[in-house]
Amino acid sequence: MMDFTKYGFMLSLLCAAACSGSPRTGDLSNAYRDIAPTASTVSERRVPAVQEAAWPERFAFGTIASKADIKRWDIDVKPDGQGLPNGKGKAEEGEAVYRAKCAACHGMNGDEGPYDVLISSEKKSIGTYWPYATTLFDYIRRTMPFNMPGTLTDEEVYQLTAYLLSANGIIDSNEVMDAKRLPRVEMPARASFVPDDRKGGPEIK
Amino acid sequence: MKEDNHPEKINRRQLIGRVAAMGLVLTQGPFERVIQTAGLPMSASDDPTKKLGPFPGKVGTRSPAEQLEKFTSFTSSRSPLQDFYGTITPSDLHFERHHGGVPAIDPEKYELIIHGMVERPLKFTLNDLKRFPSVSQIRFLECSGNYRGGNEELTPQQICGLTSQSEWTGVMLSTLFREVGLKPKASWFLAEGGDAAVMTRSIPISKGLDDAMIVYAQNGEAVRPEQGYPARLFLPGWEGNTSIKWIRRIEVSDSPFMTREETSKYTERIKDGKIRQFSVVMDARSIITFPTFPVSVEKGWMEIRGIAWSGRGKITTVEVSVDNGKNWYPARLQDPVLDKAHTAFRFLWQWDGRETVIMSRAYDETGYRQPFLQELVEARGSSGGYHFNPVTPWRLKPDGQVVLASETPGRGRGRRPTA
Repeated sequence: MMDFTKYGFMLSLLCAAACSGSPRTGDLSNAYRDIAPTASTVSERRVPAVQEAAWPERFAFGTIASKADIKRWDIDVKPDGQGLPNGKGKAEEGEAVYRAKCAACHGMNGDEGPYDVLISSEKKSIGTYWPYATTLFDYIRRTMPFNMPGTLTDEEVYQLTAYLLSANGIIDSNEVMDAKRLPRVEMPARASFVPDDRKGGPEIK
Repeated sequence: MKEDNHPEKINRRQLIGRVAAMGLVLTQGPFERVIQTAGLPMSASDDPTKKLGPFPGKVGTRSPAEQLEKFTSFTSSRSPLQDFYGTITPSDLHFERHHGGVPAIDPEKYELIIHGMVERPLKFTLNDLKRFPSVSQIRFLECSGNYRGGNEELTPQQICGLTSQSEWTGVMLSTLFREVGLKPKASWFLAEGGDAAVMTRSIPISKGLDDAMIVYAQNGEAVRPEQGYPARLFLPGWEGNTSIKWIRRIEVSDSPFMTREETSKYTERIKDGKIRQFSVVMDARSIITFPTFPVSVEKGWMEIRGIAWSGRGKITTVEVSVDNGKNWYPARLQDPVLDKAHTAFRFLWQWDGRETVIMSRAYDETGYRQPFLQELVEARGSSGGYHFNPVTPWRLKPDGQVVLASETPGRGRGRRPTA
């Protein structure tokens, strides 16, 4: 019953017109191949499928992305520090940037809102809930401040990162953050993170 | 034309007032719809058979009596689940959740770059994407932060309106990966959007090769701006945030990038002080969408209606209880039951008018049963957060008013009829 439903639906979805001349009963998978040789049967894949066997090695759609194309957008920073730019910053400098550009949303103390708490030893904050220091740099540079996204210089982002880590008691206030030091900062929350262990089945997790 | 295609917005009370002034009698029907119940036209000018109507238009309209709206907040807007029939969400009522507003992207200038651990880094225009073999899938999309409670005057829209369903059309991501050629060590990829949040998530390559798509169409037309125009990632069954909208870049790698949205957000506290990460699959859930707050019902026959869905595959069973969880009966599921899709369920019932609580629970093909609130609280040691999918009970009061029930049965699972 289920299979019939499935096939019926797939057929109508993918090839309603082409199917009209084919037998509607019996082994639908063969009929399917006859009318649509480049498609596979539903039982072979869970999704409306594409069969790559009949495809060219490459379609040759799209063009090569040059190094300049990639550099224009490739701003991510990985936990090992890959992607961090040149530059450096200290907490003292970062505090000034914070007060000018961040405090309106995050509060002068970083824990009174109106938006996300950043500095706290109890609430969800950078100190208690951020497992990687590199994420701070990536996120601040990518999209902060909220009303002027992506306008901070790399230097300002290093400064802010140093300030927020220092204010949470994670680094000393005089430490300099740069591409070498930042990935080595140990975040208190790191040990709390575990991979998802839900897998379906009867157990409630 | 503007008049025809954009009728001025009027609410139900205004409508009733206006139509009453014209001599018709409208009342609220059992499904909170305004229906014409009685009264002949007072004059020829009110009789639609005596008045020539507008000619065919370029764009269709909703009836002025059917002004559906999303329920908005600063961060999201929710689909009016209680107003829907069937399972396809009208595209303009699809829920919204974005982190830096809706970007304006010129489709002529749009590009998707795929680079990193690939043989050939490529960039695709929108037209390039549309030239590849295409696929359509009818799938739900749900935000993992989709649970509200604590107040009996909540509608399904307010409780879990961050789920919607569409027919998505585009190119399988596996097709694009085949084109760029994945290197042997490739195991994760970063998906990045072109919005002000430059939203990023790390996705296992296995999902990319399974059923992930780059979609450019939704319900027969281009994806709407709020849903990622001109193209978005779509990951069936996974929490909505991973289906990066306005996608502009995919970087293939051998490890996750640990972006903000997969570390300090979209993770949840579980027992022993632990925080669950990369919890991306949406567990099975159901909700009754009729009768619910704010409707009132009369005793007698009624069809209890709702939707059920699972990110792990097909819904196999939906059970309904009309006695606060003591007994459970299978509901009728609407064919075809699709993978990772909202599935309509219906249960015909005769209410005797005495106060009771009705509820539904979904099962999926992995054998998972939608849990009660208390079971989730006990399993996680937390009373909310992401991926909260409890059974939602509704109290029918003797006067017919329906409200969200505040208590849910915790331990007793109730009897399942063997027949």
